[in-house]
Amino acid sequence: MSTEARNDYAQFRQTFFAESAEMLADMDERLEALKTGRLDREELDAVFRAVHSIKAGAGMFDYRSLVDFAHGFEALLDRLRDGRMSVNATVGGLIIRAADILAELVAAAQAERAAPSGMGADVMVAINGLLGEGATPVTPAIAPVEIRDDTHRVEIRFTPHADLMRKANEPLLLIRELSGLGHLKTVCDSSRVPELESINSDDCYLSWTFELETTAGDDAIREVFEFVEDDAEIAIVRALAEAQDEGFGLWLDTEVADVAPGPVALTSDEPGGKRPPAQTSIRVDLSRVDRLVNMVGELVISQAMLRQELATHNLPVVDGLESLDVLTRELQDCVMAIRMQPVRSVFARMPRLVRDVAARLDKQVRLVMVGEQTELDKTVLEELSDPLTHMIRNSVDHGIEAPAIRIAAGKPAEGALTLSASHVGSNILIQIEDDGAGIDRARLVAKAVEKGIVAPGAVLSDDEILDLIFAPGFSTAETVSDVSGRGVGMDVVRRNIQKIGGRIQVSSIAGKGTRFTLIIPLTLAVLDGMLISVGTERYILPLTSIIESFRPAAAQVRQLSGGGRIVNVRGEFVPLLGLGRVFGVSDAICDPVHGLVVLTETATGGRLGLVVDGLIGQQQVVIKSLQTNFTAVPGISGGTILGDGRVALILDIEQLASLEETAA
Amino acid sequence: MSELLRTYEDTLSAIGRGTDGNGLRQFISFRVGAEDYAIDILAVREIKGWTQTTVLPNQPDYVRGVLNLRGAIVPVFDLRSRFGQGATEATAKHVVVIVAVGERLIGLLVDQVSDILSVSPDSIGAVPETSLRGDHRYLAGIITQGDALVVLLSLDTLFDTMPGEQPAHETAA
Repeated sequence: MSTEARNDYAQFRQTFFAESAEMLADMDERLEALKTGRLDREELDAVFRAVHSIKAGAGMFDYRSLVDFAHGFEALLDRLRDGRMSVNATVGGLIIRAADILAELVAAAQAERAAPSGMGADVMVAINGLLGEGATPVTPAIAPVEIRDDTHRVEIRFTPHADLMRKANEPLLLIRELSGLGHLKTVCDSSRVPELESINSDDCYLSWTFELETTAGDDAIREVFEFVEDDAEIAIVRALAEAQDEGFGLWLDTEVADVAPGPVALTSDEPGGKRPPAQTSIRVDLSRVDRLVNMVGELVISQAMLRQELATHNLPVVDGLESLDVLTRELQDCVMAIRMQPVRSVFARMPRLVRDVAARLDKQVRLVMVGEQTELDKTVLEELSDPLTHMIRNSVDHGIEAPAIRIAAGKPAEGALTLSASHVGSNILIQIEDDGAGIDRARLVAKAVEKGIVAPGAVLSDDEILDLIFAPGFSTAETVSDVSGRGVGMDVVRRNIQKIGGRIQVSSIAGKGTRFTLIIPLTLAVLDGMLISVGTERYILPLTSIIESFRPAAAQVRQLSGGGRIVNVRGEFVPLLGLGRVFGVSDAICDPVHGLVVLTETATGGRLGLVVDGLIGQQQVVIKSLQTNFTAVPGISGGTILGDGRVALILDIEQLASLEETAA
Repeated sequence: MSELLRTYEDTLSAIGRGTDGNGLRQFISFRVGAEDYAIDILAVREIKGWTQTTVLPNQPDYVRGVLNLRGAIVPVFDLRSRFGQGATEATAKHVVVIVAVGERLIGLLVDQVSDILSVSPDSIGAVPETSLRGDHRYLAGIITQGDALVVLLSLDTLFDTMPGEQPAHETAA
C-alpha cells in the first residue's frame, strides 16, 4: 500500500512536529510564571530542554532558520541556568517573544514554507546584546546530539593502602567485578613502584583510575569496594551529563557527542543518581486505541446478548457472569480513559494568543485559566481547538475595551478574561468570560435588520437577540480588523460545537461583560440514550436532548392549516413531529393522544415534540457511523448495536427539526 | 531466476487477480428471480442467511436497511428491487452476500447462491451495445454455462448510482 511505502523520513518528520507542538505548548505554560517576574530552576530547565530538543530535531531535518534561532534562544537560557544572568523584566519579555517566534518558525517549517526573512532578527540582536561582550557571539551550530538513556560515566580512583593485600584482598577480583557493571576503562598508576631490590612483595604499590560507563547506581559501585573501604582511598566521581534532553526517540544510535562533564564528587551520605521516577508514557497510534474501544464495545454487546439468551431460555444466570459484567464495565472505563486528555493541551495555546491579539490591538488583558486538568476525549478535544481560539480572539477584540475606555468606565485598565473547564455529569462545561463592555443589544438588532436577518420592527426576546450573533455572516465589529471579523463568525463556532454534539450559550450584561458557555459531551464514542419504539422500529434518542415525555389530552393538540401540528405544553406551543410519519413506519402510532410525546430540546434551544409509540428504557450505547459503509441518512446521526444484536438508529434532533418542514 | 520459481510467482500473482492459476477467473454465481448473475469471487467477504434488518428511513426501495456484521453496520441492498423486478419477499432461505466495494462493505440480498464458476477470460462475452445504455452499465459481461447465460456484474458501476456511493470508481486493485 502506498501509505506504508512512505519512507521513514516522513514519519520521523511527523513525530518531530507532533513532539515540538507538545513541547511548545508545555513551554508556553511554564513561561506563564514569568509574568510574576520569576522563573523557577525547574521551569527554566524544562524550557531549555524543549528548545534544545527542537533545535536537535530541526538540525536533523535541516531547518536552518529554526536551528539558528533555537541556538540563540538556547544560549540565552543557558546563561540564565548557569547563573551568570538573572531573570528581570527585560529578559522575561525577551524569552516570551523568543518562544513565540520559535513557535512560528516551527509552524513555518511544518507548512514547508520559508519563514519571513529577518523573522526574529530583532530578538536575536537583543539576545546577543544581553549576552554581552566577553562572551563568544552566538554562532549557529547544529545541536550536539546526545544519547538519552540512563548510562552515565563514573570515574573511580582506587588507591589501595600498602597493606591491602595482607588483608587477603585482591585488586584483580575487584576490577573483574567492576567490569561486570558496564564498560570499563582501566588506567594503572605504577609510579609508586620502587626499585626491585626494595620491593616488599606483600605491599601494594599500584593505584588505579577506572572509567566506568554504567547504568548501575553508585550504590552498586560502592558495594564492589565494600570490603576494602578501610584499606584504600576510594573516590567515586560522577561525570554529570549535560541536561538530559527529551530526544525524539530518534537518535538512540547516533554517536555520543562531547558532553560537557561537570565532575561532582558524591559524598557517601548522599546516594546520588536517584532522580524522581519520571512519568512514563508511550505514543500509540489513535487508530489502535479506537480499535480497542470498538472491540470492548462489542464485548459489552456480546455479553448483553448472552444474558438475553439465558433469559429467553429461562436459564439461571451463572455466578461467573456477574463478575464478568463488573470486569467488562471496568475494562470499558479503562479503555475510554485512554482516550481522555486534559484540556490543558488546548488551553496552553491561549496565553500566547491573548498576548498576541492584545498587543496588536493595544489592549491590556489578563487571562486566567481554571480547570486545565479537566479531561475529555481526544477527538472532541481536537475539534474544540478552533472554536475556542476564535472565541478567545473575539473576546479580546470585541469584548474587552481599550484601556482608556475602561478607565473612563471606572474599570481597571487591564481587562480580565477567564477560561474555565469543569465536569458536569457526562458533559464538560467550558466557559469564556470577559469583563468587557457586554453585547450591545440595540446595535445587534440594528445590524441584523440592516443585513436582513430580522424584519424591521420585529419584537425579539432577549435570548433571541443574543442568539443573533450566531447568525451566518454576522459581525458587529465596526471595522473589519485583521484580528477577527473576517466573515467567519460565531455561526461557524456554533456549527463546530454542534458537530461534536455540544451546545453553546451566551449571556451578557451591558457594561459588565459577556459569558459564553460550551456544553460538550465527554466522548463521541458512547452515548446515554433512551430507547424508544415507533411501530416495529426502535430508535435511540440522546438522553441529553430529552426534557420530558407525556401523553397529551386531545385538547392540547392543534392541527395547523399548513399541515403541521402543535402541542400546548403549559402555555408554550411546541411543534409536533410524528416519527412514524417522517420515517415512513407504517404501523406507528401517529396520534399523540394514543401514543407518547417526547419533548426534546435542540442544541440551539429550540423545542420539538416527537410523537412515538412508547419508551423502552434507558441505556448507554456505543456510537457507530453509518457512513463507514453507507451514507448519511437525514435525521439519523449514527447507529448502535443493541443487546439482541440488532442495529438501532440514533436520532439527530437538529436534523429532525429541519425535516419537519419538508416531511411532516 | 529459475523456471520453477517464475511459474510459482506467476501462479501467485494469478491468484491475486482472482484466477485459479490456470488462467481461469473465478466468480460466485447466484440467482435473483429467474436470472443467474455472477460477481468476482475476490469481492466476496462472507455469505450469510437473511435476518431481519433495521430499516433506514426515506431510502430507495432497494435499500433493505442495515445489519450488524460483528459490530460493523452494513447496508443490505435488494438486487431484485435494484433490477426493477419488485422487492424480494425475504425469508430465512434467502441469502445475503457480503461484498467489499472499495473501502466499503455492503450486503446483497439474493435468492440463492448457485455455484463457483471458473471461467477463462476469453469465454466472457461482451455485453451487446444496446444493453449498455442508461442504467445498465453495471453489466460487465456474459458467461455462457452450457445452455444458461450468467450475467457478470460490475459491483462498482452497480453502486455508483446508489445513495451511498460516490460516482468515482475507487475500486481495490
